[in-house]
Amino acid sequence: MSAPNDIVMRAEGVGKRYRLGVTDRRQFIDEFKAFTYKLRGKADPTRSLDAMGSQRIGEDFWALRDVSFEVRHGEVLGIIGRNGAGKSTLLKLLSRITQPTEGVISMRGKVSSLLEVGTGFHPELSGRDNIYLNGAILGMRKTEVDAKLNDIISFSGIEHHIDTPVKRYSSGMRVRLGFAVAAHLEPEVLIVDEVLSVGDADFQRKSMGKMKDSANSGRTVLFVSHNMTAMRSLCSRVIWLENGRVRMQGPTEEVVAAYLGNNSSSATEKTWGEEDAPGSEVGRLRHVRVAPASGGELFLWEDAIDVEITFEKLVDEPVYLVIWVYNSDNMEIVNTNIRESLSEADTLISGTHVAVCQFPSHLFNSGDLILSIGMAHNGRMSFKLDNVVSFTVVEPPRTGTWHGRRQGMLQLQLPWKVR
Amino acid sequence: MTETHDIGTTPAGTVWEGAVGRTWDVVIRPASPWWRLDLKEIWRYRDLLSMLIYRDLTALYKQTILGPVWVLVQPLLTSIMFAVIFGLMARMSLAGYPPLLFYMAAVVPWSFFSVVVTKTAATLTTNAPLMTKVYFPRLIPPLSTLGSSAFTFLVQLALFFVFALFYRVSGSYAWAPGWELLLLPVLVLLEMALALGAGLLVAALTTKYRDLAFVIGFAVQLLMYMSPVIFPLAKVQEGSKLRMVVEANPLTPVIEGFRGSLLGSEMHWSTLWYPAIVSAVLIVLGLALFKRVERSFADVV
Repeated sequence: MSAPNDIVMRAEGVGKRYRLGVTDRRQFIDEFKAFTYKLRGKADPTRSLDAMGSQRIGEDFWALRDVSFEVRHGEVLGIIGRNGAGKSTLLKLLSRITQPTEGVISMRGKVSSLLEVGTGFHPELSGRDNIYLNGAILGMRKTEVDAKLNDIISFSGIEHHIDTPVKRYSSGMRVRLGFAVAAHLEPEVLIVDEVLSVGDADFQRKSMGKMKDSANSGRTVLFVSHNMTAMRSLCSRVIWLENGRVRMQGPTEEVVAAYLGNNSSSATEKTWGEEDAPGSEVGRLRHVRVAPASGGELFLWEDAIDVEITFEKLVDEPVYLVIWVYNSDNMEIVNTNIRESLSEADTLISGTHVAVCQFPSHLFNSGDLILSIGMAHNGRMSFKLDNVVSFTVVEPPRTGTWHGRRQGMLQLQLPWKVR
Repeated sequence: MTETHDIGTTPAGTVWEGAVGRTWDVVIRPASPWWRLDLKEIWRYRDLLSMLIYRDLTALYKQTILGPVWVLVQPLLTSIMFAVIFGLMARMSLAGYPPLLFYMAAVVPWSFFSVVVTKTAATLTTNAPLMTKVYFPRLIPPLSTLGSSAFTFLVQLALFFVFALFYRVSGSYAWAPGWELLLLPVLVLLEMALALGAGLLVAALTTKYRDLAFVIGFAVQLLMYMSPVIFPLAKVQEGSKLRMVVEANPLTPVIEGFRGSLLGSEMHWSTLWYPAIVSAVLIVLGLALFKRVERSFADVV
């Protein structure tokens, strides 16, 4: 079998089936019972029943189905998808930990996969011995480890304790040592799981930096993550898995945008009819829409956000619209009311009006935001409707080595001066 | 980091040399036939094999006062125990051999067998954390067990020779092994095959029936009492039921062989055909089943 020379990995119609109710370990007596009941033509008493009362014999579950893709040399390919979409299963197949049920995966060159750091560390052995052990487990030759030993030790930053048994290490030191070994693997294709992005900020920065180096130096990298900022910063192409199938693959920006658009629980628009319009005796909401000011698909951090509210004013006295912004932890970030910038709000006659409030760019930190909308009348709140619309703020790709989520509810771009 | 290692330094636009004219290096398919042992793959991972052997040998006795001396103390204590209980107290006739030498000649090979069988049988469970995270030929851990146990065995064997020479020099027993000593490697290989085959078989079956993990300890012990470790075979009456049971044990000729070869006693080496056949069957069956479960093992744990 041959293929264009720069294709280093090819998956063709790959599927992985798990059999529910078959892989479970049963006691011998159960097997015996099942056998005798079968002889008598009765239902197997040891099988679990589903809600309908039918037996779940050989119930199949395809964790992955019909997955095909190619990876070119030097490409950084991202794999995204929700939990349970099949990302981990695909990783396990590519890393040869388990075998596919159907399809063929072909690879060229040395492929290393990092599903965790420090795999196989033995607590009784010294840090030095464990470098050799872990290296060997990851497929490094001894001569290779010999040559890189000093680099690995200095990268780990634990020179002083390198001859101490690993069981005396803190968990942080263990992770650093494990990562130091992994960072010095020089495979032609590197498969990395997002578990690598756990750990403290410092470690994340280091691992992401190393990933970036690998990517920039022309190494082929397959990268699985939930972190869209990292995806957009590192990957040239992305595969989106959904329910075990490839939902979409293509250039990072396109796929990520489609994924976020599809995936966020956001309801960016809400319309009410004549009967069910929420409100009070002073006014009612008819339509609320939140959208990026640029008209794009994503609520990018660097883009302003328009909140458009169509409302009915039922009285001729002044009534003020209020917007509250909450984050996903239900913390109030900010609230604003129409009177802040609109003096004519005082003089609005009754009837239907459209108000647009614009939140400036470079304001909210990335994450889900939820809006509540209400009306104030006579110095008190007439009504407040929670959870009206929601959306997800997305950070732009970063140039540095740190791709984790920053803390805080806001993320501003402030002018810094140095004297 | 040397430049030559770094394939990434290839300037953009040039063809990646590593790939030119290369077909696929690895092709992953749903099922690889059980008879494909992939010895080449095991050879590629020989450094892992040696690292695991090193780990087994060094880590085991860490934080013990005696450390590696335990390798020598263990068979010695067992032999002394047997010598006292069966040789002195039960006054079992040992055909004139000094009890210590008589028992060491069997206890050392026996413990080699029992350690390899028990550890290999548990290999999938003990290495599960590794096997669910990294690929390597799944036969590597059992082979490393075999390697580290073989090393321990050789050290213990050396101890036997030291004792035997001491008996000879001190004049308390004229130890004089014959040409049978040359059969030692054959016996070792036979025993290794038996232990590996049985261990792999049990390991494969244990994934379905966890009970076997408990049974194996008793089974190995039972096998010991069914073999001439604690008594000379000649002591068991010919034609008796007990004799039949003992002779049904494929390890009997092996243990008798070790004793004959090490002590220079009469040796019926023609009886070795029996363990040879059994070990061949066990190896084929064990490998086949092991290969079968290793494919799906990571899905089940």
